[in-house]
Amino acid sequence: MLRTETYTVNFGPQHPATHGVFRVMLNLDGERIVKAEPVCGYLHRGVEKLAENRTYQQVIPYTDRLDYLAAGLQNQGYVETIEKLMEIEVPDRAEYLRIITAELSRIASHVLFVGVYALDIGAFTGFLLCFRERERILDLMEELTGSRMTYSYARIGGVAADAPEGWLDRVEKVVNDLPYYFDIYDDLISGNEIFQARTKYVGYLSAESAVDYSLSGPTLRGSGIDYDLRKAKPYSIYDRFNFEVPLGENGDCFDRYFCRILEMRQSVYILQQAIEQIRETDGPIMAKVPKVLKPPKGEAYHEIESSKGILGYYVVSDGSNKPYRVHVRRPSFVNLGFLDEMCRGGLVADLVAILGSIDIVLGEVDC
Amino acid sequence: MLETIFIDIANWIRNLLGSAGVPALWNDTVMMLVKLTAIIVFILINALWLVYMERKVAGYMQARIGPNRVGPKGLLQTTADIGKLISKEIIIPKNVDKILFLLAPVLIFVPPLTIFSVIPFGKNMMAIDLNIGLFFVFAIASLSTLIFWIGGWSSYNKYSLLGSMRVISQMVSYELPMMLALLGVIMIVGSLNLSEIILAQESAWFIISQPIAFLIFFIAAVAECNRVPFDLMEGESEIIAGPYTEYSGMGFAMFFLAEYANIMIASAMTTVLFLGGWLAPFGLTFIPSWLWFFVKMYVVIFVFMWLRWTYPRVRIDQLLGFGWKVLVPLSLANIFVTGIGMYIYRALGW
Repeated sequence: MLRTETYTVNFGPQHPATHGVFRVMLNLDGERIVKAEPVCGYLHRGVEKLAENRTYQQVIPYTDRLDYLAAGLQNQGYVETIEKLMEIEVPDRAEYLRIITAELSRIASHVLFVGVYALDIGAFTGFLLCFRERERILDLMEELTGSRMTYSYARIGGVAADAPEGWLDRVEKVVNDLPYYFDIYDDLISGNEIFQARTKYVGYLSAESAVDYSLSGPTLRGSGIDYDLRKAKPYSIYDRFNFEVPLGENGDCFDRYFCRILEMRQSVYILQQAIEQIRETDGPIMAKVPKVLKPPKGEAYHEIESSKGILGYYVVSDGSNKPYRVHVRRPSFVNLGFLDEMCRGGLVADLVAILGSIDIVLGEVDC
Repeated sequence: MLETIFIDIANWIRNLLGSAGVPALWNDTVMMLVKLTAIIVFILINALWLVYMERKVAGYMQARIGPNRVGPKGLLQTTADIGKLISKEIIIPKNVDKILFLLAPVLIFVPPLTIFSVIPFGKNMMAIDLNIGLFFVFAIASLSTLIFWIGGWSSYNKYSLLGSMRVISQMVSYELPMMLALLGVIMIVGSLNLSEIILAQESAWFIISQPIAFLIFFIAAVAECNRVPFDLMEGESEIIAGPYTEYSGMGFAMFFLAEYANIMIASAMTTVLFLGGWLAPFGLTFIPSWLWFFVKMYVVIFVFMWLRWTYPRVRIDQLLGFGWKVLVPLSLANIFVTGIGMYIYRALGW
């Protein structure tokens, strides 16, 4: 027998496929992965600690920087937690605007995921094509919020501004165009033989271990578990919409990828209903909240379904105008927990496919 | 006139030297140098153009414009890029094997240069008419594997090592089906001389009589050039840039340009072996033969680029599995079928 040795490769923190500054300490036997140890914290900014020294409203921009690809969802999660703590009733129109920004954020995030995943697998064209569609969504968001990525649009008790004139029509136009683009993705990326060979039966995640490791979002649903907070525990006004929760069957990379494609189609469906309903909803966009927010002593935990999974905010109030403690349950971080076991026995190229399929955002992982 | 313009120029130089009383040996040496320079210039200009063309093709495939700032329509973009790369510092990392590290980017241009000396660009237009041309081309072409390995090994970097190991296994498993596929062509022609192979396609190109061989050859050629979907060597999302990882400045540029030189060779060989080389189709002989050769070559190059900007990358085990389990048996079957076909052909006495 030949005596062989395993060797260690630092996959990152400066590496094109880690989507930021993430590091995986790979123990390799030739090209086979013996052990993959994720190391995170390179983008740690102490958002949770910073929040303790800011007033409740001032925390909102920090939440943008967690998952900067779907900032609308992050804002929504935070403000809804404070609203739960203070028992504020949000006006209907504001709720609709939040849903529209949230779902647009979700699509923007998933579109980017599809592109980046194609790039991870090696198809550069898919990457740039997806940016084209994302650009249209970002333009819409810029028009509404003044910012392309870090929206800070939601406010405690409502939203920052009403939709500009004609904005809803433009959203409707983009939303109606989107399914056509998703068909292109299916043709170019999902239907590609090589893409399927690279992602099918790779990175298997069983339904049991997905639950055991408390994974969430499309990563969980790719394994066939029907748990979407928008359906399971409807928050905001999601109970007013009609949509389905797409599920995977095999729990492999392809299912996780395809779940997101289907989810985008459902988001389009939700958006179409939301636009229809908001047109009949007039009224204020802000509830009556005091200028200086002093929530009563106590704590609140609220979770929403973000584009990456279950995003939870835990806020403790000591009665002052600053939160005593803010903790964020970041789906990207929790989902990474199973990385090692998914990678073992795979090849280096599989690691890229698996890491991509979890869809992490480093701002969220390191918080 | 136009047909023989390059041959005329060569003859004119030879006669000029001859009439000036230069001895025959010196005359030949000078002619050799002239041909060598012509080939180098040809490769470099084409490589520069190909980088530009690739970026333009990619641009249009990705719904954008591509380079359009430097020079008219961005034509000078590559020149500017190379200028930038030349002016950059060549960084030699600690612990690298200095001699090999610096030698690899220089050597990488040797195989393409050598190979171009036997490729017939047009009627009677080749630097050397070798009677084992085909054999020579593939013998030299496989040398470039070694140079990638030198670069990867001397870099003292695990990514480089992984990349160069991939090159070796890839080349070994794809050289074989490539050769076996060509045996079909060689059996029909009965010669390894490239000119004779072209002339044998007078009635029908080999892409028609040997379609399977063409497919296998083309797939293997893509793999040999390390192009998508077989660009495992430099799979940037996995191993950064493979053997090139530690190279900077001109060292990197040499590898970069050599990649395009290799594409040119693969396309030129596809043209010679399967697309009738410089033969004009449909009797369109008023267009010079060398122009036909370039047109066909560029069509093949375009297909290379088309593939690159459409397909994802395969995995190493899939790549090797495809080579050994699909291409090798298929090419053996092709030889068998070709043999039987030829036997029947002769028995019928057509």
